[in-house]
Amino acid sequence: MTTVPSPTDLDPAGARGADPGGAGRGTGRGRGAAVDDGDAAGLGRWRAAGFVAPAMLVVAVFLVFPAIWTLYLGLTNWRLTGLAAAEPEFVGTENYTDALSDPAFRNSLMLTLAFVFFSAIVGQSILGFALAWVARRLRPAVRSVLETVVLLAWIIPASVVAFLWLALLDRREGTLNALLGTDGTAWLLEYPMQSIIVFNIWNGTAFSMLLFGSALASVPPSQFETARMAGAGTFATLRDVVLPNIRGHILTNTLLITLWTFNVFAPYLITAGGPQGRTEILGIYIYRVALRDGALGQGAALSLIMIIINLIVASVYLRLLRERRS
Amino acid sequence: MRLNTGLGGTAGLLAAALVLAACGSDDDGGSAGGDPSQNAEATEVTLTITDNAIAGGKNSEGAAWITDYVIPEFTAMQEANGVDVTVEFEENGVDDEDYKTKIALDLQSGGGGDIISIDGIWTGEFAEAGYIAPLTDIAGDAVEDWDGWEQIPEAVQQAMTFDDEAYGIPVGTDGRVIYFNKELFAQAGLPEDWQPTSWDEILEAARALKQLDGVTPLQINAGVPMGEATTMQGFLPLLAGTGEQIWADDTWTGATEGVTEVLDFYAQVYGEEQLGDPLLQQEAQGRDTSFQLFASGQLGMLIEGDYLWRSVINPDGGIAPMANRDEVVGWAKIPAREPGAGLNGQDFVSMSGGTGRVINPNTEFPQQAWELMMFMNSPEAFEAQIEIAGARITPRDDVNAEALAGDPLMEFIASEVLPITAYRPALAIYPQVSVALQEATAAVASGTSAEDAAAGYQSELEGIVGDDGSIAD
Repeated sequence: MTTVPSPTDLDPAGARGADPGGAGRGTGRGRGAAVDDGDAAGLGRWRAAGFVAPAMLVVAVFLVFPAIWTLYLGLTNWRLTGLAAAEPEFVGTENYTDALSDPAFRNSLMLTLAFVFFSAIVGQSILGFALAWVARRLRPAVRSVLETVVLLAWIIPASVVAFLWLALLDRREGTLNALLGTDGTAWLLEYPMQSIIVFNIWNGTAFSMLLFGSALASVPPSQFETARMAGAGTFATLRDVVLPNIRGHILTNTLLITLWTFNVFAPYLITAGGPQGRTEILGIYIYRVALRDGALGQGAALSLIMIIINLIVASVYLRLLRERRS
Repeated sequence: MRLNTGLGGTAGLLAAALVLAACGSDDDGGSAGGDPSQNAEATEVTLTITDNAIAGGKNSEGAAWITDYVIPEFTAMQEANGVDVTVEFEENGVDDEDYKTKIALDLQSGGGGDIISIDGIWTGEFAEAGYIAPLTDIAGDAVEDWDGWEQIPEAVQQAMTFDDEAYGIPVGTDGRVIYFNKELFAQAGLPEDWQPTSWDEILEAARALKQLDGVTPLQINAGVPMGEATTMQGFLPLLAGTGEQIWADDTWTGATEGVTEVLDFYAQVYGEEQLGDPLLQQEAQGRDTSFQLFASGQLGMLIEGDYLWRSVINPDGGIAPMANRDEVVGWAKIPAREPGAGLNGQDFVSMSGGTGRVINPNTEFPQQAWELMMFMNSPEAFEAQIEIAGARITPRDDVNAEALAGDPLMEFIASEVLPITAYRPALAIYPQVSVALQEATAAVASGTSAEDAAAGYQSELEGIVGDDGSIAD
């Protein structure tokens, strides 16, 4: 890419017409003027601050303060019970250095990355897109049945879903073993990661399907027709017509499902992080350290590390989105 | 707009952090209770009982006792005194570890029921954290005047005592035995009145059972998912069989000969011979599954406390009821590794624990809560409990004398097991050591050698108690 690093990178006018929605109403001309005097709505600085203040307060109370508080807690040896619960002591950065040098943490981080990559980025995206692609050619009735079924997996409460999956994968009387004739296979013990990856794909594909569904609907039909007249096959159509049109959606989708999957806790209901920590993705690992083992200070340190990883992931994606637009 | 959605994704995580943060912001975990005479003359009182018991689930008979006896009787009793009492029952039906987490968070945030049932082994860590307080600090002199204390043996009171102060009233004690299925034993050519005298005899019986189709010979609790059950029903009774204790003479037991021998026994059970099913020990719900297998006659032997008999395979209200329990289930004392090798030179060993009830130091009605405690621990209440829930070892000698007659297993435990039993150390740090033991058994059950697992336990232990000579090895 040969983008010139210039002030226009930050200029919202650079996003010209990329967003057909609401923002488009502030026409190009008007916006150019707005950038100049910095007051598009004509509210004046103080009234504008008054409008933003409630939102900033909520952000401060529920996002910024907890994050700082977590940072502080991570510097103590605070525990759920015992002496260190009554009088936590300041231990400096010990919790952070311990975490980073702890094989259990690194193991958990690797598991999380694998979990995110296979279940969200690969699994949910591809399956969600495939479903959306197939659905657009189905008759409306069949299509709504398909969408309902996929949506159900998404909206049923996690505890209920977990129970269904335990019944499906049970070693002795599980449905899957009955179907496959693999009596006695302990799926959750022999293939624990694979099990929760498949579970998460099943559980979360609906979001990608919906997002890609509306993305595909926004591809101008004339482009499909042109492609068909030019004799393009499915692959060529996908590559040359669909992909350029929905690239932004792909990024947004990947960003959201990456963050969600990174923080997901539902697999705990199925494997509880076992066997032997083999499905202990970060959320579950922190829960175990902080609440089962009672090391709240250490849990807070781990939480902060997790927050930072999230912020890094988010900023990378946001940067990509911005670059694409300019 | 795009930026907002990005922040939204992070919000969930930060919200989780907030939960931790909110827990930390307490300054009311107050050590000692408040004023014992607070609200003493109140005529409208609300009290909440919290227990890990739930109708139709865990300890359902205990839940029935509270809802059908304690609440109506106590309410009526107070009404006669002109006090309008509402007693609420907060039911739980989860693993002990989850229950512990929950009530620790309750107490830390200054909430929780007025009377809370806890495992005696949590007393130390809860007391040190200031979550619970000595009963006399909460309810005053009335506590010392209670005539029930002299009915409760010293060893049983110990379960709820920390630093020589009573933090709660024990609800009883228990003992551990080897349960076995007599029908399976008969099929394998083993005697109905089986009583092994060494670990080898347990393994021999297991090998005989191994010949039967579809039968797991023996399950010795191992692994972390089973929590304290692994330590109490598995590791510690076996360790007592080697003549060692987990804490003795002010030192913790590290990778000693006894610890290695116990882990080696695990290796024999879960190793090549597959006398037990190692996968079961790794399952998140493994303990419940082992109960179901035993109840359905697919498991030959199981070390458990009288809880199994009373609340699990009880044909009347158990969670894995066994209609023919009284005919089919046999029991035997847990042998030492070999005769005379056990703790104090004993031939047989066991472990006992006990749960109890504490008063929440944050209670608004300390006097009324103490009255409810006394009521729940009165001889009449225990008799009613036995009527509703069946025989169990109560803390009161006066009740036990009659209560246990008629239930052969409970009589056996009272007369044969309690005299040879041992208790866990009432130390705040014990639960952490217990987890280290569970991890060691988990390692062996999944193929690590006993020596390596013992070494791993030793270094875990050093991390917990410090490497300053407080570990014996």
